[in-house]
Amino acid sequence: MTMSTLIAERHPSDPLFRADRLPHIWCPGCGIGPAMHAYAQAMVESGIPLARHVCVSGIGCTGRVPGYLNMDSYHTTHGRAIPFAMAIALVKPELEVTVYSGDGDLFAIGGNHFIHAARRNVDINVICINNFNYGMTGGQVGPTTPMGARATTAPFGNYEQPFNLPHLAAATGAVFVARWTSLHLRQLKQAMLRAMKKRGFTFIEVLAPCPVGFGRPNDIGDAMEEMTLYREGCVVDPAAPLDSLDIDLRVKDRPIVLGNFVDVERPVFDPLAMMRPTSEAENNTAVAGKTQEGQ
Amino acid sequence: MPAVRSARVPLDTARVILPRGQVHVIPHRCKECRFCVDFCPKDVLALSTETNAKGYRYPVVAPGKDEACVHCEFCTLVCPEYAIFTVEVPRVEVMA
Repeated sequence: MTMSTLIAERHPSDPLFRADRLPHIWCPGCGIGPAMHAYAQAMVESGIPLARHVCVSGIGCTGRVPGYLNMDSYHTTHGRAIPFAMAIALVKPELEVTVYSGDGDLFAIGGNHFIHAARRNVDINVICINNFNYGMTGGQVGPTTPMGARATTAPFGNYEQPFNLPHLAAATGAVFVARWTSLHLRQLKQAMLRAMKKRGFTFIEVLAPCPVGFGRPNDIGDAMEEMTLYREGCVVDPAAPLDSLDIDLRVKDRPIVLGNFVDVERPVFDPLAMMRPTSEAENNTAVAGKTQEGQ
Repeated sequence: MPAVRSARVPLDTARVILPRGQVHVIPHRCKECRFCVDFCPKDVLALSTETNAKGYRYPVVAPGKDEACVHCEFCTLVCPEYAIFTVEVPRVEVMA
């Protein structure tokens, strides 16, 4: 017999979080919470022990994610999450290193680090929460703010062309590129599992509602309304041309394309390969504890 | 949202027993974003009439929906505050 509602004190996922820090600081309806839950569940389901997972972030609302995860996690300086994670991945190749940060941190302040880590194909996962603005500092224009969208620093509308993040990641050399939203959580979790399994530089963009920073100046009533936009306006098309993935929330009929767009193999960054005897260099793909796909 | 009706009935409909879920809520974490209430595929949830200490109305099972939860766990996934989860009711209890 089911009762109406039972009041609980603890959540089954609480052991994955620093539950004494909850409720977190994010605004009501923020999309970072569900995406962090998907990441925590993906870590458990990945089969890699939690002690071998590392989460690194920069600064921003999303930069607070490592502070809420009950694991080895690092909150680094603004934009420098990728070089920090790169060092961990090179010194301890047995670890599963994930950078979890926002669009401003990864693509404005840390933009150069992103393109060069992707070019070198460093063995890290990058998860970018894209909320189209600098949320923590009060809703300024960022590198992903759509054309025409209003923000604190663009009261008459943004006149900058934004980044198309999956296209950028694929062009600079990422071996796995996906885009989901904080509504498509089962698909997002599967993409994270694929990224954790894959060697090399993987990139997942997560579109997340920012009801206070982005929604309010752009006449999106609340987080529920932005989530409804995702539910009605998203199309899953993994075969879509990468240059067609621009997002423009102003145009009503233009769909937001989601999917796992790129899944290829490239040699993984290994700066010591040249110093090893040839036979060993050929085997450098077999790193302990990691599975090589397609073999 | 209009209910989606299937033109064909699956062959094993009579044999399949829908799972049943029990909703648990942690009221003091809720910030009333309404994701769980609006995205529940079975419309099980409604906002409470009373508020938590911060003034937010938290989700409760709507009147007459006591046995409607099918434990799809979408509320668990979508809740930004980790304030709601469902537990599957053992099959023997569902049959009883």
